[in-house]
Amino acid sequence: MKRLFCFVPAFVLLAACSARGGEAGGPNVEALMADVPALKLADYGFFEDSRADKPVDGVVPYDLINPLFSDHAIKHRFAYVPKGKAANYAPDAILDFPVGSALIKTFAFVPDMRAPGVREYKVETRVLIHKADGWAAFPYIWNAEGTEAAYAPAGGQQAISVVDTSGAAFSIEYAIPNKNQCKTCHQDGDAVLPIGPKARNLNHDGPAGANQIADWQARGILAGVSGDVPKAASVVDVSLPVSDRARAYLDINCAHCHKASGSASNSGLWLGAGEMSDVKLGVGKHPTAAGRGSGGITFVIAPGEPDQSILAHRMASSEAGIAMPELGRSVIDEDGVALVRAWIASMDTEAGPDKGAP
Amino acid sequence: MNKTTWTVAAAALVLVACSPKQEKAPASEAAALPMEVSTEGDFATNLQTALIEAQPGDTVRLPEGTFHLTTGLSLDVDGVTVLGAGQDKTILDFAGQTGAGEGLLVTSDGVTLMAFGIRDTKGDGIKSKGADRIVYRDITVDWSGEPDEGNGAYGVYPVESRDVLVENVTVRGASDAGIYVGQSENIIVRNSLAEFNVAGIEIENSNNADVYGNIARDNTGGILVFDLPDLPVIGGHSTRIFNNQILHNNTRNFAPPGNIVAGVPSGTGVIILANRDVHVFDNDFADNRSAHVLLTAYTEPFTDERYNPLPRDIVVRNNRWSGGGTDPQGMLAPLAEALGGVLPAIVSDGVTRWPGSEAQAVNLVIDEAPEIGFVNLGIGAYPVDPAAVSPSMERPQGAPVAEPAAVKLPQDAE
Repeated sequence: MKRLFCFVPAFVLLAACSARGGEAGGPNVEALMADVPALKLADYGFFEDSRADKPVDGVVPYDLINPLFSDHAIKHRFAYVPKGKAANYAPDAILDFPVGSALIKTFAFVPDMRAPGVREYKVETRVLIHKADGWAAFPYIWNAEGTEAAYAPAGGQQAISVVDTSGAAFSIEYAIPNKNQCKTCHQDGDAVLPIGPKARNLNHDGPAGANQIADWQARGILAGVSGDVPKAASVVDVSLPVSDRARAYLDINCAHCHKASGSASNSGLWLGAGEMSDVKLGVGKHPTAAGRGSGGITFVIAPGEPDQSILAHRMASSEAGIAMPELGRSVIDEDGVALVRAWIASMDTEAGPDKGAP
Repeated sequence: MNKTTWTVAAAALVLVACSPKQEKAPASEAAALPMEVSTEGDFATNLQTALIEAQPGDTVRLPEGTFHLTTGLSLDVDGVTVLGAGQDKTILDFAGQTGAGEGLLVTSDGVTLMAFGIRDTKGDGIKSKGADRIVYRDITVDWSGEPDEGNGAYGVYPVESRDVLVENVTVRGASDAGIYVGQSENIIVRNSLAEFNVAGIEIENSNNADVYGNIARDNTGGILVFDLPDLPVIGGHSTRIFNNQILHNNTRNFAPPGNIVAGVPSGTGVIILANRDVHVFDNDFADNRSAHVLLTAYTEPFTDERYNPLPRDIVVRNNRWSGGGTDPQGMLAPLAEALGGVLPAIVSDGVTRWPGSEAQAVNLVIDEAPEIGFVNLGIGAYPVDPAAVSPSMERPQGAPVAEPAAVKLPQDAE
């Protein structure tokens, strides 16, 4: 069985080449549905070009109202749903993509964040494929020329230098997650699920300038939409209440682990958008297994006191063993910390927290 | 690393992943041990790749030596054995760790971890979550130097699991619990050594645990059986603590405040907090300066309606006792003042109710020789009202509590 593993990708590669030469348009279905991952990102045929900038027909660019913070990485997202099939709408959960679907996300950086798009380079591309027996996650790492991304199950680390929007230079020890770490965040019970493409997080004008829920329906890749489609509060829209923005932030950055069926289930701290229990949100809750992550603080959230709240403390650290999230970032999301601190500070110590719009 | 070397490393990774498997082993050697993980190139990448590509039934063999890793390892394949050259011969050193919350994370079933050491992780040593039938055998997890607040929380940390076996494990220096089993059921912790941790061995929010043949010494508290509110699994019960040596657990409490164990008084042998059906017998207790056995309710306010904060149906019998109780620490120090500054071997806080509840009969069975001291501190309810505290040396007249059956585990060949 193990020996097979090495030879099969060679076949996959051949299959990929012949398929590309043959049929026009659409990704390589054999590569997508193979038992083993393709050795090169290009083998899937998601893109016309080797730099993965031009998606083929049926591979749709999209974005999210609130992205997960990943060390200031720029993300390019694409969804593929097999021809003739559609994702089923769900108002609160992840859209129910059919078997054969794929979500492709490329992580890129620019040397100077004040000049978006200038000398942007790709670091990694993560591919989630809905195989016959469930979703599976595969990491690919780009070469220096940006012409080829190779399967890298063990992930890696890469030093990245950037100048931030204030003009300050800093470096990022960017960690590319390994295959297991992909699953840590994407775990839902015994299954693996996408995190981003929930209706509430897609419900705005996407890269093509059209509302993505409507656009996906028009393309025939989303079906079953009914009723009012929920819409997440944009964390950067300062016209919205701080509680709504903070809850939306926690939902996309924390709740994939901090839920009953997630990797942090044993913490009893649930940070999803629908959570309405004060204690499960951390208010007056003692830490469970925080160790030195507690920072000597008693409660996860102490209303009115961000300095006395472990939630803010762990977000404001970049040190392993303290920092939350544990995976996916090595630098601090200062804007996110400020938002969550403002929310905690706004909480009335008597009346309890404003938990935001459900 | 610049981008060119990055590419080379990624390419090498693919080669490393494939090359060992192309060697055809003669059929007669099929039962022989597999090749060790290669130390050529980047050992951490080789090891993590092996852990990802392992198939059920495989053994991932670690070579002898000390290996420095900068991020956590993980295993998510059922039925894999990770085998080192010995718990003091294969050392995975995480002093330079910059990522992940633990040294090794196991999330699959039927895994055996054997004969290696984990050192100086920034968070927990080895965590296994939702990992049924796991075996930790001949494993050492330690933190170098003196006990320190900056050490990781748990040494070995099985949680949300069924059928957990921990044996011949050594944990030293954990800033929370050395051997910690949480929100699990069917548990054996035996023949292990926990020293210089805050809690030596802790069974928390779990049921059906046998803890025996261990040495818990020089921790802040030796062996803890806790149940806490606001966790997905609560209602811990049915634990037996027997044939252990629980000795001079007098290390200062170096847990970061905020964590529940930060409240453990230095010098406690066994603490049973909010649990039921816990049996403590045939152990050797010596020189635990606060008290050998502390039976206590959960001391904090709580809102979890599922939760009972009292220890109840507790049996303490046939233990061997020596010294101890001469210098009570922490929350026990002021309470001991009324008793001349010393405490007897067995201390109950005497809490029988919590806000909103009626007083309950907690049923404590103290079956020890008459000269073994007992005190009921008579606190009644938390928070402590000093004026209402009324200590009593009279032993409770508890009703017999049937001892839980011995824990049997499918992976335990013994």
